[in-house]
Amino acid sequence: MIGILAQGGSGPVIPDFGGGGAGNSCVRDNGFFCWNWFQQNWSDTFQPRLIEHIELTVVALAIGFVISFAAALFAYRYKWFDFPFTTFSAFLYTIPSLALFQVLVGITGLTLATALIPLVTYTLLILFRNTLIGLQEVPDEVREAARGMGLTRRQILWRVELPLALPAILAGLQIAAVTVVSLATVAAFVYDHGLGSPIFDAINRGTFKTELIGAGGLAILLGIASYAFFAVIQRVATPWARYRRA
Amino acid sequence: MITATVFQFFGDNTSLLLDQCVWTLKMFGAAFGIAVLIAVPLGVWLGHIHRGAFLAINISNVGRALPSLAVIAIGLTIFGLGFLNVMIALVILAVPVILTNAYVAVDGVDSDLTEAARGMGMTGLQTLWRVELPIALPLLFAGMRTAALYVVATTPLAALAGADGGLGDVIANQASYRFVGVVTASLLISLLAFAIDGLFALLQRSATPRSLRGRRGIEAKGSVLEAT
Repeated sequence: MIGILAQGGSGPVIPDFGGGGAGNSCVRDNGFFCWNWFQQNWSDTFQPRLIEHIELTVVALAIGFVISFAAALFAYRYKWFDFPFTTFSAFLYTIPSLALFQVLVGITGLTLATALIPLVTYTLLILFRNTLIGLQEVPDEVREAARGMGLTRRQILWRVELPLALPAILAGLQIAAVTVVSLATVAAFVYDHGLGSPIFDAINRGTFKTELIGAGGLAILLGIASYAFFAVIQRVATPWARYRRA
Repeated sequence: MITATVFQFFGDNTSLLLDQCVWTLKMFGAAFGIAVLIAVPLGVWLGHIHRGAFLAINISNVGRALPSLAVIAIGLTIFGLGFLNVMIALVILAVPVILTNAYVAVDGVDSDLTEAARGMGMTGLQTLWRVELPIALPLLFAGMRTAALYVVATTPLAALAGADGGLGDVIANQASYRFVGVVTASLLISLLAFAIDGLFALLQRSATPRSLRGRRGIEAKGSVLEAT
């Protein structure tokens, strides 16, 4: 399925983009963006791919968050754990996404797990570091005041430290979400899922422009939307940080 | 077991892999160089005149939200398959981080210092060159370091966009190079990324005045954290 990718450059483009038939000259000529074709294929191509992409992002983010949150709490309590986990997740982070997807094909095959595992691993470093640093930066006076009020260690964590670390945690989720949206498009190379699928499909059909712009545009919008989503959450969830950040 | 086969694969295909490494580095160098030429002067100048904060800061937020493959896909419709498109996409992905860091670095120089420089009779350009830039350098390098990692990590995608992808060609073509080839090429890309990151860490360190070394704010900004 992959070897065909490079062929489009040579020779005339053969207009076999379907959908429009003889009646749709825009599609036949591979026009810049054929709104008709996009509309006709919205419900069976673009919309389901968009939903898949969102699902994949949410699931990867949720799993990544659970793992890194637990790891960060552990590292906050037992300081020795910080270095090995940071090193491990930083190592995973430097592997190029395409490579990790391809390597996993050899292990987990062409399955959803192959797409999901790398997406989760790329969130670990960001989420772990941000949660841990957020907790560590809680001022000592605040912690001592809480202890003076008779709060137990667990109460201090959940009622004082974590709320104060929330802006850092949300900032981590924001970067992680944007990263996952981006890498999930690459995941389609190994697992036919999400907005990357129509992109690869369009390349294989001889760079079909309408499909490239439709899917690429949706992916970009989704990236910006997820960034904005967490920006809004940050504002709503941490009203006290609003003035400081400015 | 896998290490042995990786070494064997490397031994059997040394010249091919080295060629692909060189091509990957060339792609990186060209895209990164162009991005620096665009982003550094612009960011430094905006920081110097303290204008355009909104643009300079938000551009990296938007830039970070752009999925790399989507940028390549949109580029394909304008520039077609091949090297040019990939190069433009890499530049687009690298510019925002460098620009924002350059702006923040110069804009954030203590105004007491720039005013003192003015008071000593320095012109605007002299202030920029002798006072603001030396102080801004560590943060400026931090931005370049992040962008450099981002660009190296994205070069393999060129193979998916009908361009010569360097090591990405090996990674994307599991059918020919098999599992061991993919692993070997991935390791080489990671090694390149580590080497480039190390190089920039050194540059960043040597650009930091001795008295400021070890301060967290400056070092932390350059960590792998922000790259993708």
